[in-house]
Formats: sequence, structure tokens, C-alpha cells
Amino acid sequence: MARIAEGHSGEKSGSTLGRVGRYMLVRALTLGISVVIAVYITILIANMGGHVDQIKIGMIDEGIAAWVAADEELLALPRAEREEVIAKTREIRIAALGLDIPFPIRSVRYLTDAMSLDLGHSTTLMSDKGSRFVREILLERLPHTLLLFGTTSLLMFFVALFGALFLSRRYGSKLDQAVIALAPTSAAPAWFYGIFLILIFAAVLRLLPFGGFVAAPPPPTMWEYALSVLRHMVLPVSAMVIGGIFVSIYNWRTFFLIHSSEDYVEMAKAKGLSSGAIERQHILRPTLPPIITSFALMLIGMWMGAIVLETIFGWPGLGSLLWRAMRLFETAVVVGAVVIYAYLLVVTLFLLDIVYAVVDPRVKVGAEGRTS
Amino acid sequence: MSTFRSTIKHLTRYRSATVGLVIIGAMVVVAIYALILWSPGEAISLWRGDGGIWHETPRIAWPRWINLLPGVNRPETIIMDSREAGTTKSVSPLGEGLSTVEILLPFDFEYDDFPKEITLFFAVEYDKLAPSVSLIWLTPDGREISLGSRAAGPPYRISLDTALMRRLGGEAAERALFQDPAGELLRGRYALRVEGWLFEEGADLDARLVVYGQVHGLAGTDHLRRDIMVALIWGTPIALVFGLLAAVGATASTLVIAAIGVWFGKWVDGVFRWLTQVNIILPILPILIMIGYLYSRSIWVMLGMVIALNVFSASFFVFRSMFLPLKESPYIEAARAYGAGNWRIIFRYMLPKVAPVLLPLFVIQIPGFVFLEATLAVLGLGDPLLPTWGKVLSDAWANGAVYMGHYYWTVLPALVLMLLGLGFALVGFTLDRIVNPRLREV
Repeated sequence: MARIAEGHSGEKSGSTLGRVGRYMLVRALTLGISVVIAVYITILIANMGGHVDQIKIGMIDEGIAAWVAADEELLALPRAEREEVIAKTREIRIAALGLDIPFPIRSVRYLTDAMSLDLGHSTTLMSDKGSRFVREILLERLPHTLLLFGTTSLLMFFVALFGALFLSRRYGSKLDQAVIALAPTSAAPAWFYGIFLILIFAAVLRLLPFGGFVAAPPPPTMWEYALSVLRHMVLPVSAMVIGGIFVSIYNWRTFFLIHSSEDYVEMAKAKGLSSGAIERQHILRPTLPPIITSFALMLIGMWMGAIVLETIFGWPGLGSLLWRAMRLFETAVVVGAVVIYAYLLVVTLFLLDIVYAVVDPRVKVGAEGRTS
Repeated sequence: MSTFRSTIKHLTRYRSATVGLVIIGAMVVVAIYALILWSPGEAISLWRGDGGIWHETPRIAWPRWINLLPGVNRPETIIMDSREAGTTKSVSPLGEGLSTVEILLPFDFEYDDFPKEITLFFAVEYDKLAPSVSLIWLTPDGREISLGSRAAGPPYRISLDTALMRRLGGEAAERALFQDPAGELLRGRYALRVEGWLFEEGADLDARLVVYGQVHGLAGTDHLRRDIMVALIWGTPIALVFGLLAAVGATASTLVIAAIGVWFGKWVDGVFRWLTQVNIILPILPILIMIGYLYSRSIWVMLGMVIALNVFSASFFVFRSMFLPLKESPYIEAARAYGAGNWRIIFRYMLPKVAPVLLPLFVIQIPGFVFLEATLAVLGLGDPLLPTWGKVLSDAWANGAVYMGHYYWTVLPALVLMLLGLGFALVGFTLDRIVNPRLREV
């Protein structure tokens, strides 16, 4: 099994907490470096055609325009003189931003700017609050994306886990065979099922909304508002769950089956332990680490699928923002969205690493055999 | 070859794999047919609509088989040309180069719904002064509706004539002209009479009436009047080639990397493992989107980028764990004993040994890449020239096909995508069971 959580090497001494702490530290460092690399690659690709330079120059020009409009002394100057002052200031500011130094050095400065999402203003795109700061536009959309994605992930994890346990108990039954037969459906991404769900439940049956976040106009009371959001979430969440659930159940069921034929399970049965206890102690415990690894890989895929899913459902998250920004040629927002997706992936994996450290005894005990 | 045949034989023992193989086989046949039917250049120009190929197909029309449903009888496109049979044309000279032409374009209309549009095309020959025509619409119940007079030249889009619409009581021409005075759809024999005046010696006038229907072809048409079948057929080789090349590129490169890492071990392996861990968490789709948005939407650039971003993919760890025990196996030792070099061992001894085991993984990957192309297309980053399934879906989505009830437009490309995914998945999952006997047991 592909293990993503791999960075830890065998430790000989130290308390359990220390080991877990050290493991988390190593993972945090690896992931931190990864996110820097991801953002740097983004910057490199974006600036191959000088697009990041353009963003920076746009920021300078905007600042100068604001300054010219506000400075009465400058406005009083004759036209030619004024333009000379403006041109000189522009040059100075460009030099101050380092646009005249070689790209390898400049790129490091871009990297820190991109990491802090300091990408200036958009030209036309606005946040709902009316801000044109790229950072604010992005961060305003973030909660929507997190709500949709978080709900789906949790639902997916528990449904798949209990589904797999349930099927491993009924291995070979009609239901089991049906799920195995449905496993290939996961080849299609979530948005693909989203289209079908919209077609059936919104267009033909008129049961659920076509898309969006909340009914228009938004309901006045908190309770109704939440209910309306929930109604809008049903289809996108279902689409994502359908897109991933069957193959997860199939894979995890196989893990369970492999582990339930181990000798120590037979031993536990011989001891007369209840089947519930066997499942919890002897089957679930050893299978959780590979399950979490497989779940992590699935979540990475789901993040990617969510971009298009949000677009299809008009869900006001980062994905649909990315799509709109492309339509409006807002390069700064596009670059910012890529950066924020890099962060989201890394944070997701780090959270799963914490879970991994909790469930994998090898992290706690430190008796780590090298992966092979 | 014999191993290939035995694998196929093995596969056909499973019903699901047989179904999968039939689907893939059918797709390959369609792909070859598409390549024989239209060269890539022809397909592109067809999809671009060069030379007004799609002038006479209706806009957003359902597939014709919709009429097979009980109670559905939507009009098909009717074309009447004065140069073809079933029409009459008489020219009577008046002297001094002046002559009159009378053209009658009769047709039967026996459908349950109104046509989509009506347009009259002219074919004229003249030197200086264009012929002039006056048009009269004859209904089955004997009424004569004047459509006015005009110079014969550019096509007369009867449905777009707002002046005519006002005269017909504010209703669009394609409805008003096919109604009885009570406003009910009227079936029967209609005709358009074109009375033309030619002002020059040797001038000529022909007319071609197109009553656009609501159905067309086997797959319907899109908002640009293009037959969706073109994209469905020509999308097949594109999807197969894209999926196959991406899967081959991604799998082969990762495999080689894993073998090199395991063979050389030490820091090489360490660097590769580390690169893989970084690569796994790269936001691949956003990066592809950015490349498509900033640089090129060409499907080949995308293919290259997809492969490049998948060199250090998660399957590196799977391959690595396969190579590790192999490295110590006796036949490798024997190879080393007779003096085989590093690269010879990697490419001639290690890679061939694991390749068959990877077949299922490889087959299962293919639909994922095909869907990736569709994903990019839905985001508006599809190849600007080639007709692909994803682009049809994207057009349908952008034009609100689902909201407006044009379901065929979304369902048909989605169906072929699903079929392809199903075919490869069925074969892949069965192969997995054959190759990994542990799965067969459980």
C-alpha cells in the first residue's frame, strides 16, 4: 500500500508523547517544505510568460493612479512636468519591488508574497463585501468550500468505514456483489454525477435547487437559513459521495477481509471473544492505518474534483471563484486560488497525519519497520 | 503474443470482463471508423463549421429517434429547392432583357409541433441589378399570406423578420405561418410562391426554402447547428488516444523511476521518495488549469503536462515495494555475476518482471485521464480546435441545456464517457482479480 505518511524513521528512546511529537514535527516540516515547493512551482509557471511581473506592475500602477488623484500639489503642476514625476516615481517603485533584478532572486520575493496571498487587487472581480483585495476575495470564499468539503469528507469516511465493515461480515452476499459491481463507477469524477443529479432531481423532478448556496432572497431566520443551505448542499454532497464511495467500500472491505483471516483473529475467536470485540480490537485497529492512507489519497482526488463540482453547482466557493477569475482574466486571483489549494491539500494531509499518529501503534511505540 | 492470448482467454471467463472487452472493442472500431471517415483536418474544419456546412441544420434540435416515442411527432427539417424535383419554376421573358420567374415550393407538413425556424436562401446570377422577389405563403386551407417583397441576395431569415412578425399579429413567423386562424397547428400541404423579376439578359434566380425541424440526426445538434454526432464519433479516437498515452506515460515513467530508485538505492531512492511525497500534494488540477489559462489549451500540451505531473505519482510506492524483493532475487544476482550493467539490469531484468502485474493498474487508470480531459473542457479549457466529448458537455453546460430541457445534449456525451469508463474499469478490475490471486480468494 502506498503510504504517504512516511517521514518517520525508527526512534529508539523517548516517551510516547515525545515520539508522536517528533513524528508530527517531521511531518509538519515535510509538508511545510512541500507547500513552499508547490507555491514556488506555481510562481515559476505563472511567470514563464511574465504574468506575475504583470500583477506587480498592475499593483504599482494602481497605487500611482490613487496617489495622482489625491495629490493636489501634483495636479497643480503643468502636464509635461507632472508626467515626468509620475514616470520617475513608477520607475522608483518598480526598482523598489525588485522588478529589475534577475528572476531567480525576484522569484524568492514573489514566493513570500504568494505564500501570504499578497497579490494585490483584482481589476473587476469583487468580494461580496465589495473588497478588491485578492486575499479578501479568496478568504471570503474559503468557508463555503470548507463547509462543503468537510461535510462530504466526514460523511464519506464514516459511511465507507461502516459500509465496508458491514460488507466484510456479509462477504459474498448479493449486497456485497452489488457494491463490487459498482466499484468502477468511481472512475468518473464527482461533477459528472453532479450533472446527472441536477438533471434528475432539479430539472425533471423539481425537488431540489439547481445550485447556489442559499435561496434567493435569503430566509430571514437563522433556522430557515441553515435549512436552505442544507437543501442546497444535498446534491453536491451526494455527487461527491457517489463519486468516491463504492471504490472506498470495495478497497476497505478487502483490507478488512485480509485482516480477518489473520491467525490472531482466529485465536481471538477461539478464546470466545464477541464478534463486536474482535472487530474493534483485532480487525479495525490494524486496518485503520492503511485505510487512512487510502482515504488521504482519495481526499486529494476529491479536492481536485471539488473545483469543477462547485462550478457545476454554482457553489460560491474557491472552485467557482477560480472558474470566474479565468473568465474575467484575473490572473492574480487564479494564481492565488492555486496557492490556496496547495495550502488546503497540505492541511488536509496534516490533519490525517495526526489521526494516523493516533491510530498507528508503530508511531507511538517507535518500532517502525522500514516501508517496503 | 501467447501470453496476450492466454490473458484474453482468461478474461473472457469472467462475464464482466467480456462486457468490458466488447465495449472497448466497439470504441476502437468507432475510433478507426472516425479516422477513416474524416481526417483530423476535416474533423476540425467540420466542427468549426467552415464554408457554412451547418447552415441547413436546425439549432439545438433533439435526435431523430425521439419521434419513436409514443405520442411524439416533432417536425424534421424540410428543404425545398427550385433546382430539385417536386418544385416548379417557370421563366417568361417580357422583352428588353426583362423577365419574370415564378417558383412554387410545395411541401407536406404532418407533424405535431411547429418548426424551429424558416429561412429562404437565394441563388442568383446577375451583372448589375439584383433580381427582386415577392413572396406568398400558401396554407393548406387556401389562405395566401404575403411575406413582402425584397431584393434577392442574402438569405431571408423569415423567422427573424420583426416587421413581418408585427404584421402576423406579434407571433413568430414559424408559428404564425403554420396556424389556422384560430391559432391551432395546421397540418397539410403548404407552399411558398416566389414571384421574381429579372432585370438583365442572362440573369437567373433560384430559391431554396429551409423549414428547420426540431429533430436532427442521431445525436441532435448544438447551439451552433453542429451535428453532435460529429463530436461523439471524432471524440472517440481523441479520448482513447489521450487516455492511453497519458496512462502509458504516467505508468511507464513512474515504473522506470521506481526501478532506478530501488536499484541504485541510497540517496537516489531517498530523493525519489521525497520528490514523490512532494508531488502527491501538488494541486495538479489547479496547476493544469493555470497552464491552460495562461499558455495553451492544446490537448497535446495538456497531455504532456499531465504526464509530467504524474512521473512521481503515488503509485511510485506500489512499484517500489514490488521492486525491493526483486533486487535480491537470484536471477538478478546471476545477471550481475555475468557482468550485466546497471541499466541492463533495470531495463532488461527488473522492468519486464513486474510489467504484467501492473496491467490492471494501468487499465484502471485510463478512464481517469479521459475524464480529466473532460474536466478541463468543462472548465472551458478544452482544446480550441478538436471536437471532444468534454467540449460537447461544456457547451451544453454553458448554454444551460439542463435548465432548458435539452437533455440529449448533456446525456449523450456523458453516456459515451461513462461507457468508456465502464469498459476499462470492468476489464481492469477483473485483471486485478486474475493477477492478484489474493483478491480472488476473498
